[in-house]
Amino acid sequence: MLKASDVSFSYESGRRTARRVIDRVSFDVDRGTIVGLLGPNGSGKTTLVRILAGMLHPESGQVVLDGASVIEMSRRDLARRVALVPQETHTTFDFSVIDMVLMGRYPHLGPFELERPADLDIAREALDATGTADLESRSFRTLSGGEKQRVVIAAALAQASDLLLLDEPTTALDVGYQFEVAMLLKRLNAEHGTTMIVSTHDLNLAASLCERVVLLKSGSLIAQGPTAETLTAENIRLLYNVEADVQFHARAGHLTVVPLGRP
Amino acid sequence: MTHAVAAHRPRVTVRVRLAWTIAVFGTIAFLACLLAPLAGSTPIHLSTVFDRSLPYADNIDAQIFWVARLPRVLAAALVGSSLALAGVVFQALLRNPLASPDTLGVSAGASLGAMIAITFNLDFSLFGVTAVPVASFIGSFGALGIVYGLSAARRRGTSTIVLLLGGVTVQALLSAVIAFVQYLADFTQTFRNVRWLMGSLDVASYPPLLAALIPMGTSWIGFATLPRVLDLISIGHESAAARGVDVDRFERVALVSASLATGAAVALAGPVSFVGLIVPHLVRLIVGADHRLVLPASALFGAAFLIGCDLVARTIIAPLELPVGIITAIIGGPVFLWLLLRKS
Repeated sequence: MLKASDVSFSYESGRRTARRVIDRVSFDVDRGTIVGLLGPNGSGKTTLVRILAGMLHPESGQVVLDGASVIEMSRRDLARRVALVPQETHTTFDFSVIDMVLMGRYPHLGPFELERPADLDIAREALDATGTADLESRSFRTLSGGEKQRVVIAAALAQASDLLLLDEPTTALDVGYQFEVAMLLKRLNAEHGTTMIVSTHDLNLAASLCERVVLLKSGSLIAQGPTAETLTAENIRLLYNVEADVQFHARAGHLTVVPLGRP
Repeated sequence: MTHAVAAHRPRVTVRVRLAWTIAVFGTIAFLACLLAPLAGSTPIHLSTVFDRSLPYADNIDAQIFWVARLPRVLAAALVGSSLALAGVVFQALLRNPLASPDTLGVSAGASLGAMIAITFNLDFSLFGVTAVPVASFIGSFGALGIVYGLSAARRRGTSTIVLLLGGVTVQALLSAVIAFVQYLADFTQTFRNVRWLMGSLDVASYPPLLAALIPMGTSWIGFATLPRVLDLISIGHESAAARGVDVDRFERVALVSASLATGAAVALAGPVSFVGLIVPHLVRLIVGADHRLVLPASALFGAAFLIGCDLVARTIIAPLELPVGIITAIIGGPVFLWLLLRKS
């Protein structure tokens, strides 16, 4: 579905030597899978997500979505197929939950077009799919962190049900809400076949959620592959410089990572 | 199952809400325009004003209505709606509910232009508009240029935080220059300067209104493209961009339109404070946060609000006519404090 090949990116720093943030990164994402993007702070995860969302243009290499190059697509066309879920969403004004979800319809409407009842139906289906239907007329501001993130995911679904890019979607949440959001993502993937790319710091979230992981360090790809084979103690040492015990947790049904110390 | 649930929920779309919003606020603004001219030193009657059996030359009420009072009421409408629209746009763009048309130094620039024109007795006219409003309008764009240049220099596009801090700094700097220019003024000029800074709607003919309509009309074209984009930008630049918004382009449209509206309003009436700050907040209490409703409602309610304030200014200690800026500040200050306390 999505194919990144030899993607490189540098931020212009004003001086002659631009800092290379992404260095020749290639990976594939198959339709219907959840792929985790792991790496320490500053490894380029967020930059990579922005490139995949078409917000930044790679310096070289390309990102291809179903055979079409992302940078050749218009912003609107791309936004109809790929939606972004940021780490946190702060609203300046007091929007209701349904207002927030309807904003996802923006790329589907003409410049002066207002939403039709059909758009309202799509927004409500997204609320149903994320278990937030009963929050419809609540003020977004008054929601808990987990509810907010579920509503933002609903807005992303109303925008593009094909591919969701989630940039550290659980980092700002406590354990309970982290679990709630992880369960929701799993269910959306299982029931609706939604493809997801999830950047995260949480190795256990990646282990429970992602079929495949892509490991990124200082902008370079360290390893990628099925989670069970790639999320190894050795790769974790390479990635974070930490000794970790990686075990299969029978009751959880996935690998668990417990950091033990610096090597 | 999903559809069964959906069918039970109300299907009120934004179209219906927009129609209601325009109908209600449009009626309020229209009634304000129609009724405000009736009050004043000489009472006139609406039935006489629109009495077709009386020739216009003999109809004193109609003459007072159309010639003496309506221009001032329409000036209040234009200034009020421009300031309210600019306030909405600045608040969304800067993602800050405390922003107003004054925040980026645009009105301080306009004031400086006017002070210079008054103090140095500039005497010219452009398209039939006298030196003070022209200089004021130029001043507003000088200030915008400085602030925009500062924020654009930092990186491509504009940076909200640099815009905000740069605007506040430029505003303080311009206030100092205004004080300096005022210091150079003689007694009469100082009086004119001080009176101008109070903000007043002393408009007694139609040409200044037509001149102001040029920049204001241009700003309306810009505003018309903005409502949904402002919703998205107010949530965050990143999520707006991910939804297909060309954030940099719309930020420029928003900045220039809001500055055109502010510059034209200040050139016409002087710096009338609080309208651009509180009207958007009052409107949001009624229509919610959606800018497709907030923007037209603020334009209409801003017009009615300033007409009302000017009515008070004209009549409260008649026959003296107070500068409307005093009334907006006296009404606006407490209203804003009430809004503030109400939230917390």
